[in-house]
Amino acid sequence: MRALLDWFDDRTGARTLLRAVLFERIPGGARWRYVWGSTLTFAIVVQFVTGLVLWASYSANAQGAWESVYFIQHQMLGGWVLRGIHHYMAQATIILLVVHLMQVVIDGAYRAPREVNFWFGLGLLLVVLGLSLTGYLLPWDQKGYWATKVATNIAAMTPVVGESLQRLLIGGVDYGHLTLTRFFALHAGVLPGLLVLMIVGHVYLFRRHGVTTANTKDAPDGMFWPEQVLRDGVASLAVMLAVLAVVWATGGADLGAPADPTEPYAAARPEWYFLFLFQWLKYFPAGLEVVGAHLVPGLVFTVLAAMPIIARWRWGHRFNLATLAALLVTMAGLTRLAMIQDGADPEYAAATAESHAQAERMDILVTAQHGIPAAGGLALLRADPLTQGPRIFSTHCSGCHRVDGLDGLGGTPTDTQSAPDLAGFGSRAWLEGMLDPEQFGSPAYFGGTSHRRGAMSRVVERRIANYEDSQVAQLQRVIKALSAEAQLPSQALLDASDSREIEQGRLDMSSESIGCTDCHVFHGVNQEQRGPELTGWGSRTWMLGMLHDPGHADYYGEDNDDMPAFGMDEILTEAEMALVVDWLRGVWVREGDDATAQSRGDDVGGT
Amino acid sequence: MDEETQNPPVQPRRTFLAGMSAVFVGTVAALVPVLSGATSLLDPLRRKRNEAGMSRVTTLAVLPNDGTPKKFTITADLTDAWTIHRDAPIGAVYLRKVGEDVHALNVVCPHAGCFVGIAKDRPGFTCPCHKSSFDLAGVIDDPASPSPRDMDSLQVEVRNGDEIWVRFQSFQAGHTVKTPVQ
Repeated sequence: MRALLDWFDDRTGARTLLRAVLFERIPGGARWRYVWGSTLTFAIVVQFVTGLVLWASYSANAQGAWESVYFIQHQMLGGWVLRGIHHYMAQATIILLVVHLMQVVIDGAYRAPREVNFWFGLGLLLVVLGLSLTGYLLPWDQKGYWATKVATNIAAMTPVVGESLQRLLIGGVDYGHLTLTRFFALHAGVLPGLLVLMIVGHVYLFRRHGVTTANTKDAPDGMFWPEQVLRDGVASLAVMLAVLAVVWATGGADLGAPADPTEPYAAARPEWYFLFLFQWLKYFPAGLEVVGAHLVPGLVFTVLAAMPIIARWRWGHRFNLATLAALLVTMAGLTRLAMIQDGADPEYAAATAESHAQAERMDILVTAQHGIPAAGGLALLRADPLTQGPRIFSTHCSGCHRVDGLDGLGGTPTDTQSAPDLAGFGSRAWLEGMLDPEQFGSPAYFGGTSHRRGAMSRVVERRIANYEDSQVAQLQRVIKALSAEAQLPSQALLDASDSREIEQGRLDMSSESIGCTDCHVFHGVNQEQRGPELTGWGSRTWMLGMLHDPGHADYYGEDNDDMPAFGMDEILTEAEMALVVDWLRGVWVREGDDATAQSRGDDVGGT
Repeated sequence: MDEETQNPPVQPRRTFLAGMSAVFVGTVAALVPVLSGATSLLDPLRRKRNEAGMSRVTTLAVLPNDGTPKKFTITADLTDAWTIHRDAPIGAVYLRKVGEDVHALNVVCPHAGCFVGIAKDRPGFTCPCHKSSFDLAGVIDDPASPSPRDMDSLQVEVRNGDEIWVRFQSFQAGHTVKTPVQ
């Protein structure tokens, strides 16, 4: 064994190298305050290790990035821990870099002959910031997408070359495949390569000049191995444990809903260490963005870079200390201000909550599909009635209709309600209200429509209002029978258990004492239709037909009051109509459902 | 090593020529991959955006008469590098009725490109990022807004009586002048 090692050393000089690395003399002995550089190196090594493994599962394209990160986060063994470590160690790296920088400036360690090494350090800071900026986009979720859009638009504000720079960065005029491939090439290739070169240069120069000592007159010299290595190891372990604790406490890094250029994301914020810049930009009114985004940061960085030279003057070092202190205080203040303003903003809170809800929704949808269909995560979300129904309703229906008095998304429309509230449409409760003489003419039903004075209003307000007890009992059965036509999944159990009453109610509908079929068609009874068809009333097919063309003879015919023919006039696509109908009927994938086993027919609901 | 540098084994002029040649040959060899790489890397500069045609968005009946804006998704064919998406959602606009006319605004903030939202506390729009504030016409209504210009209006046509068609375009953010991204 020894002979082999000797041979290896003879051919490579490995032993000498190792000795040179480990038996560095430390004037004044090993100290805890020397650990910062090593912990920083450790943090970067962690990023290389976790980053490479993430790379082994990551796919950099617009149709696979979110999907692959979802896989890493939710399905890969230990994936969430791996991603969590990478995410939070990136933040720890920034903190350690700033601490390291502070220490160097406070100790005056940038002074001759260490100027170049100080510049290497500043270069490292830029590269690390670049890594976090590029890494933020890679999951291709709403947060990364919108926050990075801001960042690249700021890059585009650079005078003269800005727009070309932006185009080269994002690989075209729009975000897409090439944005991801380019950001990934930067994140996993170019920047780490630069980082390694700079670290090599930084450590080489550090070894050349030795550690900057302070007040070590009395202490004996020590060696790097093992005293300092032990301290460095303990500190690195502490950093690692702190990051692990955060990963554990937070459940790992967030993964929002897939990026969607057509859906707003009001909680678009950069990572917390960029928040000061984000806040800073708010103070630069029209035309002065370049000053805020480029000129001032550029100047500040120039002053930082000039610190070793400034320090040559008598008060230079104190000036540097004051500058750094002022800079850090300003950054901390701006960060705090950004957090306070967001904390006081209900819309920000709502947007954050919605983004979490959507992330959870994606999880339910993917689980129900046993994976992400080839069309991708966004397609899955776009086909989800629970997500899209309210949006379509809010845009296209809430001008007249309401759901629980609101526009579907929780807002209050400005237009006065001129059509029924569709919450629970088709249910027994909805019918009971509609057939209630007190409610028929209210805004929640037909109060805002021309049917307020129509034939049905006379039935409800004159005949039903004066029903005898036997007729009231019949009407209760009719409500059950008609509501059963809607085949609402939420009522499936009730409909099944009341099957005999429903059977009777169907007969009651064409009885003389109730007489629905005097005007309506119901399972072939009555040929002369004057009101909407009641066969399958409220069912998916019935509602789709109504949306397609409410003026059709099977629906309101010529009595149709202002309801647009959403299908016939191509206002909505078939898919969009189906989404809003399914949402109104409460048909969507629920937690634990198996979506692959479901057909989309009337008889199947979310069980 | 030291001896060799102190006593060059060849004539200075030959050394100079050899050195120059080495630099030249090396540069030529290295230029090939560098130029080849740079050429491909610069490809996005010559790419054009998909031609901005008119897209049919919705019909008049859907817009509230009181001028409240509504958000609509624009659907069009979209080429993303090697993928072609047919009839894919490519962006969003706010539409609103102004008398008999329809006005369209791109939802993207001209400041830094965030998605501008409909304000909840007043009739108008607010950008959730840097708090630029616009009135219903998309005009900046708070001088403290960091946006360099008003929201970007888009060309609208009403065809066949009630169909609303919009020419969907994006504009360069961060400038006082509204320049289409092409």
